[in-house]
Amino acid sequence: MNPVNYLYLAALLFTIGAAGVLIRRNAIVLFMCIELMLNACNLAFVTFSRMHGNLDGQIIAFFTMVVAAAEVVVGLAIIVSLFRTRHSASVDDASLMKL
Amino acid sequence: MSTTAVHGLWTVAAGPVDRIPAPHIEYAQLAPTLIVVGAAVLGVLVEAFVPRKARYHTQVFLAFAALASAFAAVVALAGAGYASGKAQVAAMGALAVDGPALFLQGTILLASVVAVFTFAERHLDPKAHGNRVDSFAAQAASVPGSDSEKAAVKAGFTTTEVFPLALFAVSGMLIFPAANDLLMLFIALEVFSLPLYLLCALARRQRLMSQEAAVKYFLLGAFSSAFLLFGIALLYGYAGSVSYAAIADVVDGTVARMDPALAASTGNDALLLIGGALVLMGLLFKVGAVPFHMWTPDVYQGAPTPVTGFMAAATKVAAFGALLRLLYVVLPGLRWDWRPVMWGVAIVTMLAGAVIAVTQTDVKRLLAYSSIAHAGFILAGVIATSKQGVSSVLFYLAAYSFVTIGAFAVVTLVRDAGGEATHLSKWAGLGRRSPLTAAVFAVFLLAFAGIPLTSGFSGKFAVFAAAAEGGAAPLVVVGVISSAIAAFFYIRVIVLMFFSEPKADGPTVAVPSFLTTSTIAVGVVVTVALGVFPQYFLDLAGQASTFVR
Repeated sequence: MNPVNYLYLAALLFTIGAAGVLIRRNAIVLFMCIELMLNACNLAFVTFSRMHGNLDGQIIAFFTMVVAAAEVVVGLAIIVSLFRTRHSASVDDASLMKL
Repeated sequence: MSTTAVHGLWTVAAGPVDRIPAPHIEYAQLAPTLIVVGAAVLGVLVEAFVPRKARYHTQVFLAFAALASAFAAVVALAGAGYASGKAQVAAMGALAVDGPALFLQGTILLASVVAVFTFAERHLDPKAHGNRVDSFAAQAASVPGSDSEKAAVKAGFTTTEVFPLALFAVSGMLIFPAANDLLMLFIALEVFSLPLYLLCALARRQRLMSQEAAVKYFLLGAFSSAFLLFGIALLYGYAGSVSYAAIADVVDGTVARMDPALAASTGNDALLLIGGALVLMGLLFKVGAVPFHMWTPDVYQGAPTPVTGFMAAATKVAAFGALLRLLYVVLPGLRWDWRPVMWGVAIVTMLAGAVIAVTQTDVKRLLAYSSIAHAGFILAGVIATSKQGVSSVLFYLAAYSFVTIGAFAVVTLVRDAGGEATHLSKWAGLGRRSPLTAAVFAVFLLAFAGIPLTSGFSGKFAVFAAAAEGGAAPLVVVGVISSAIAAFFYIRVIVLMFFSEPKADGPTVAVPSFLTTSTIAVGVVVTVALGVFPQYFLDLAGQASTFVR
């Protein structure tokens, strides 16, 4: 199969993730959409890696996975503490500082 | 066919494997970063093994010692000529050791030293159950207002983890302006962002706002870093490499250094333009430029004020360093494409920051919008695309970071029963109650406004001069107009402090320990010194303004 198709898929997944961040209101779902965007990036990296015939892209994909894992640790800690305080993970409810 | 030959179809004799050559790392040249990372790891061990009573002093000492020795290492490297003649790319092409990198690392380290002083301040909040407390939550995991929080306060817990977190953030910030490939850029971005998200959530007072700020910062920050990463993927697709020099070669069309096998699959301009735009977007988010500024006011307001000061100063320095390197090293061949876009961003940033700041009633939000306007001024210097542009941006960043940390340190002093009194109406008549504090804050505001004899004036003059020489005269006009708008609200605060009657139930000014006092003193001294004798520092920035490639 033509590897370019995987790039289209990556772009599509990235767009779905970005749209999800903008549309959905639950912090956890938002966060999952961001992870989807990171995984779309990974797919693009490995596809380009295959197209160019060098390994840089595959190595970067590993780094991205580690970063995504670290982000989960920090992000869930913050979201859970917000949820325990407010009993809601909706990002619309968190509006103390809105002008 | 013999058996071994048949087996040979799917097996291979276990011969000696060729050794993979170990990468060559120039540890001495990476010493500033390594010292800070090492101290941060030690800080985590301190949390695990040192008894609770001794942790605070251990952590403060460790953080101070690490930042000071890292700064000494930066000075030693610059003295050894790495800022000019011996500038080189270290760690297998991952990190640059050159003038801009060392200058910005020095700035970040000095700013962090004084910011850590404000982190360690324990004389502002009233004693809780006989224990001196700092600006950070007793126990971040306990729900605000719950019994477990009360128990934690009563037991005298403090979140001493802020010091290792700050050190981790500083280490990422040190790498960010020195990153010489896109992978390093991304990793450094995450390394300094993740601790900052946590630090934002740790305020002792107004914890709901603090947690809200952290969630907003985290979600938007992660969103923008995903864009940055996709941009990196596209640039990798364009050039077949993430190294800055290799991408710049492909952009320029000089692919001599490149593998000829790659030539068929690289050089697609659509990938370059979209990828470049996405990476720029990620960096402009960190810089706080319009239209990626939405997080700035909320995060600045909600985060504990010492963290706000640290973040406002050091993040901006690091992010502008990375932006400069990207635009001047990777994409100079594309400047006819990015300059119009950056023009637009700079104009909108300067005007929007200044105009929206006029309507603010909270001093932290006011400073947040003022930081957006300043991001616009610095972008004007970035657009100059000249050596002078680089040196003026370096100087501006150094000047701005100390003014910012000093201003936020003053904000921590003005308090009422609910903690810091950040509403502007409460600042009325502060000059009569506490003339010294108000005068110091006035100095910082004048520096923000760019009044002569302060560092703000020298910085703005350098940036606008570079922009005008770089053919961006209309940008300078817009810059001066928005400076005038900005001056209005800075002066308004000064008038409010000195020429209005203090309210009966107004805030009190807490008497700080030597920590915050020295932070503010350093801020004032740097502000005045860079305003009265800017030439030495302008020369220093000028000598440090050549990128290595």
